[in-house]
Amino acid sequence: MGFYVAQLLTGLANASSLFLIACGLSIIFGVTRIVNFAHGSFYMVGAYLAYSIVALFPGSILGFWGGVIAAALIVGLLGLIVEMTILRRIYHAPELFQLVATFGVVLIIQDMTQAVWGAEDKLGPRAPGLDSALRIMGEPIPEYDLALILIGPAVLAGIWLVFHRTRWGVLVRAATQDREMVGALGVNQAWLFSAAFVLGAALAGLGGAIQIPREAVSLQMDLSVIGDAFVVVVIGGMGSVSGAFVAAVLISVLNAFAVLVFPQISIVLPFVVMAVVLIVRPYGLFGKEGSGHGAPTEPEQPLRLLSSRATLVLMALVFALAASPVMVSDFASILLVDVMVATLFAVSLHFMMGLGGMVSFGHAAYFGVGAYGAAMAVSYLGLSMIPAMIVGPLAAAAAALFFGWFCVRLSGVYLAMLTLAAAQILWGVTFQSQEFTGGDDGILGIWPASWASSDQAYFYVAFALCIGGIWFLRRVAHSPFGYGLRGIRDSDVRAEAIGMDVKFHQWMGFALAGTMAGVAGVVFVFSKGSVFPDVLGIAQSVDGLIMVLLGGIHALAGPILGAGVFVLIEDWVSRLDYWRFIFGMIILGVVLLAPDGVAGGVDRLLRALGLRREGQA
Amino acid sequence: MLEVKDLTARYGRAQILNGVSLRVGGNEVVALLGRNGAGKTTTMKCIMGLVHQKAGEITYDGVSILRKPSHMVCRMGIGYVPEERRIFGDLTVEENLEVGDRPARPDAPEWSREHLFELFPNLAERRRNLGKQLSGGEQQMLTIARTLMGNPKVVLLDEPSEGIAPVIVEQMARVIKELKAEGLSVLLSEQNLHFARAVADRACIIEKGTLRYEGGFADLDAHPEISQQYLAV
Amino acid sequence: MNVLEVRGLTKRFGGLVAVDDVSFDLGKGEFLALIGPNGAGKTTCFNMVNGYLRPDRGEVRLNGQDLIGVRPRKIVRMGVGRTFQITRTFLSMTVIENIQMALISHHRRMFDMLSRATRLYRDEAEALLRLVSMEDQAGRACSELAYGDLKRLELAVALAPDPTLLLMDEPTAGMAPSERVALMELTAKIVADRGVSVLFTEHDMDVVFAHAHRILVLNRGGLIAEGTGEEIRGNPLVQEVYLGGGTVFGESEADHA
Repeated sequence: MGFYVAQLLTGLANASSLFLIACGLSIIFGVTRIVNFAHGSFYMVGAYLAYSIVALFPGSILGFWGGVIAAALIVGLLGLIVEMTILRRIYHAPELFQLVATFGVVLIIQDMTQAVWGAEDKLGPRAPGLDSALRIMGEPIPEYDLALILIGPAVLAGIWLVFHRTRWGVLVRAATQDREMVGALGVNQAWLFSAAFVLGAALAGLGGAIQIPREAVSLQMDLSVIGDAFVVVVIGGMGSVSGAFVAAVLISVLNAFAVLVFPQISIVLPFVVMAVVLIVRPYGLFGKEGSGHGAPTEPEQPLRLLSSRATLVLMALVFALAASPVMVSDFASILLVDVMVATLFAVSLHFMMGLGGMVSFGHAAYFGVGAYGAAMAVSYLGLSMIPAMIVGPLAAAAAALFFGWFCVRLSGVYLAMLTLAAAQILWGVTFQSQEFTGGDDGILGIWPASWASSDQAYFYVAFALCIGGIWFLRRVAHSPFGYGLRGIRDSDVRAEAIGMDVKFHQWMGFALAGTMAGVAGVVFVFSKGSVFPDVLGIAQSVDGLIMVLLGGIHALAGPILGAGVFVLIEDWVSRLDYWRFIFGMIILGVVLLAPDGVAGGVDRLLRALGLRREGQA
Repeated sequence: MLEVKDLTARYGRAQILNGVSLRVGGNEVVALLGRNGAGKTTTMKCIMGLVHQKAGEITYDGVSILRKPSHMVCRMGIGYVPEERRIFGDLTVEENLEVGDRPARPDAPEWSREHLFELFPNLAERRRNLGKQLSGGEQQMLTIARTLMGNPKVVLLDEPSEGIAPVIVEQMARVIKELKAEGLSVLLSEQNLHFARAVADRACIIEKGTLRYEGGFADLDAHPEISQQYLAV
Repeated sequence: MNVLEVRGLTKRFGGLVAVDDVSFDLGKGEFLALIGPNGAGKTTCFNMVNGYLRPDRGEVRLNGQDLIGVRPRKIVRMGVGRTFQITRTFLSMTVIENIQMALISHHRRMFDMLSRATRLYRDEAEALLRLVSMEDQAGRACSELAYGDLKRLELAVALAPDPTLLLMDEPTAGMAPSERVALMELTAKIVADRGVSVLFTEHDMDVVFAHAHRILVLNRGGLIAEGTGEEIRGNPLVQEVYLGGGTVFGESEADHA
């Protein structure tokens, strides 16, 4: 019995920090409708700041708690800078821009943190005065855990008071329901948004700061917490503070007990709970159908077939690519395989989100399942390269069919969140199933068949699969199926009114996009010879989003250019110090300065040169 | 005081207003009449800065407000009561009033919570209830009270009598008369000619996004064919 | 035989009876208007006929087939076309592609992944465009069209599967007055030529009286009058509903005091 109480208390202690970060995220989303990827970074910076400030007052109770609060306040200030310099310009941009921009902030903060505090993990001090354990029903419970259990509800009560007893809080709650009406009643939304962002950031900073006695402070804290925070926000209902509390407690306590039964469940459990909740209550436990997200974007131009001159140029490029192994070094040839893999991945992502309007935060899942499917077929079934290359995409197709069925039942940001959850489930399973997937050690020694083992020969295998895949997806884009997806994106009401089965069509589109990402994964695994869980990770998914965004979402050529530019920039930048910082700046530059992407620019150039047909207006 | 000239407006490519001109004088109640779909709501939203695709001119006290954001329009003294009421359902009655609260202005009457609760006794009884727990009539009262908390000089009332019980319609008429007695100007949109006649000084009739008639009710009654053409079937 | 038969249609939302025991028939080739003030229940009525809402009570039959509980897209396949109050078109496509999409769906080729969509059913689509006199705009992007043209395009899209019944929700809303007349004349001509039946809601009374063969008047969920234009104009109850908004101001005090 005592043991179970101890588990319960541990769960509740874990819930506190999770609640702090999630409720900040939820407040920011409720008021500004921005899904803030950088929230994990605020959490991380809060922890580092607290570590440094507390270290100035060793052993002092006042120093510890003063340091924790000072850290939260400084993070709030950081939030203000981010809001005023970046987010304020993109409140009316499509959600993809906002997401990618906040991911740019993640990269910048990562490198800045590393520059200040170094790459090694930091071990924080124990909290003075709370550094021993109490015996409760015979089990030792750290005193600090008990303090944490109190902090969560105390902060909830504090937020409740602010939201119900201050004018500002009332305005925030009103804005969460109907921003336009709040404006019509004379409230300037700009400062309301800034203030909500500052509060949210400070809460995340506090969440990080109170973790220092329990957890090593590291540069991985940002992305490791953001997935769980998203899940808590979605389960609770986006914009609901009390929902975030209930969800944080639910997840943490369930987790504390579930690990007793399945020690490996902890990574997957939150996402399973989220998937179940979203299917039963599509807007979360306490959420409501939100007012529309973002602003209507500029209508897209109709698809046109390439003019004969442009087709010739394209053919010439493809032939040049085909001939390249003869002309360039092996090193360049390997880089070109990377470019082709990235391109097929980006084209498949663009297929579902550009044409289909289904933004995915977790497209890497299907890339990774394809890669692992092939790798496991080789290492466990002993298949050779060609059969393994068939197994991989089939596995990706199965995963996409399974998760897609759930995802297409939602739309907009909730759909995107569920794709992220699906990807995290697959990542968690892969990470923890040591005996099948090798866990963190990955699967090694997946090399091409002997006939394809030279860099040149494998280049042609990759060329056939990737260029073939890209050609196929382009063909589908021009087919009734692709037009149908685009039609649903333009107007699902009209699509249904002409007799289309909207959900089934989207499901098939999702599955096709997943399958082609699986093909890219298969080419990837045989070119690298190994596969690790990070191919399914958030960073890989976001790379895909950045490629699509770099290229511009409104053009079929977008992801092709975007992936090319991305890989080349990454190849160049990743050799530099602070490459994340530089890359984050490039992302912000694109989002803020060239919102129609590289392809938009090239498209204008092509029109100017007469290589592309003008509209027949 | 409030003047609209040759206002055109569109939503996407749908042209909703094709040149509406009207004027609301100081301490005057003007009824904007028309069948549904005629453009009454759009006219009000344009004044309030809630429609972006618009052209023409809107001035308030001689200052152009055509391009002003809605919070600036409100702060200049124009209060807006939307047709759909747009109560904050998860906020209590008092909190709804709090959102509307603005500092007093020298040229307009100041409304306190207590004064408003006298004007709307039902709300006083329900001040701790959530907006979504109120009946349709109570919500209509609340949305007017919320706007008055901003101490406006002109109130735009969009279809105050629509979809509420006749007894509440009566109360609504008394409220409008009270607003006039306090020195406010009111632009109200209506489909109900009888209601408009009972509360307004002047009528503007719009149809298909164009102003068709502007004048007193006596003229309108003397020429029943006008209301027949634009309001009846 | 009647194309559409509606009997005892009733729908409640919470305590509010949105549509109360509405019955009517629509004959072949008939142009039937459904009018009434805001909140009278027109849209709710419409949505029960096209399958978006399930009535609490009542029957809807299309050419003798029961429509209750049938999914909207199946109702489309049974021969019901519709246009929307605010046009719903595929804005990222050209004019003719919008019609081709309707034809592709009608011919059940939506899951074809290899044909070029723009080459399918082009002749049929052009014929439909000629029907609404838009053949010269076939290649234009839908997003560049004037609103009146979008409305005509929607009409052509609705006619693509050769429906027996057309549901038009405020067909002239948002159009310039001159365009309204032209659109409704075109619709009336198509109704006459093809023998399509039309049920439409409308606020523009010029349109209603000029084209409707018969008019239904709805107020507070109930059908209060039915007849030709002359009969409706002369009906004192309808007058009161329109000029008095359904509550007789001035008498209400006596009624409810």
